[in-house]
Amino acid sequence: MGLALGTAAVVLVVLVWELLRPRLISAIAQLRARRELAARRRDEVRFDPGRELRAEQRARRLLHSCVSQEEWEMYRDLGFMRVWGARGEDYAYLLYPHRPILAYVPQTGELLSEYCVAFPDETLPYGSHRLPDADDVLAKWIALRGDERGLIAQANMHLPGRQVDPDQVRRDLARLSRWERARSARLRAAIVRAA
Amino acid sequence: MRLLRLKPGHGEIVLAEGDVEVAEEEQLLIEAFRRELDAGMWAAVPSESGDGRRTAELVKQFADVPRDAERVIFFPRAAGGCAPPANLLADLRSAVAL
Repeated sequence: MGLALGTAAVVLVVLVWELLRPRLISAIAQLRARRELAARRRDEVRFDPGRELRAEQRARRLLHSCVSQEEWEMYRDLGFMRVWGARGEDYAYLLYPHRPILAYVPQTGELLSEYCVAFPDETLPYGSHRLPDADDVLAKWIALRGDERGLIAQANMHLPGRQVDPDQVRRDLARLSRWERARSARLRAAIVRAA
Repeated sequence: MRLLRLKPGHGEIVLAEGDVEVAEEEQLLIEAFRRELDAGMWAAVPSESGDGRRTAELVKQFADVPRDAERVIFFPRAAGGCAPPANLLADLRSAVAL
């Protein structure tokens, strides 16, 4: 009797093991894969200044290849870019990286409004949704050039001064004016030299 | 034609590259294009007009991409919103301190 029960128990254990084995093996494999993925993510999420610097350099090269020479030099020298409105030169925008788009009147320097807009990458590569600075400016430039009205409709509009200090903007506009004068003088001199 | 995507922490990456005149390569480009749009990206074709003015066109399907375009740039779609203004954060901090 005892022998029969013992044999039955052994057979039962073997049968259960055979049934569970594939599931156990697959569960162990999944656990290992999950651990490896988590380790990879940890490595990616770790802030790496070198990686961010390389990303910004790559982004700057792409920006340079897309926008006009004047716009590129403006961003390179001043850290922001002016983009004329689609309906003429009565208004323009200032594009700063990761800051609202500022609309203003170039003739008077009057600030019109701030348009808060972002381009968040929800897949969070390297644990961040923020594009490199130059890519953020490029995305704004593309969206303004491609569909100004759509972008403005998408953005949250605020009066000037909510996010960006108006005094800082006035100083930036003064810098832009000086920069344009110096650039024009340089270009004129280059033309004279070439002639 | 090259399909590029702007990526945080990296800059642009090449998603696909091929000749639109070669059927198989065009098919790969179309598939990659659709994948990005399905993932919620915007697609744009940078170009230069006859007078040298640089511009960009947003496109919603591969058929809208000019056949001679060198690249299509994908980037996350725009979302309205900003971080709370600095003075509001300061106010909140002082309120918490009280």
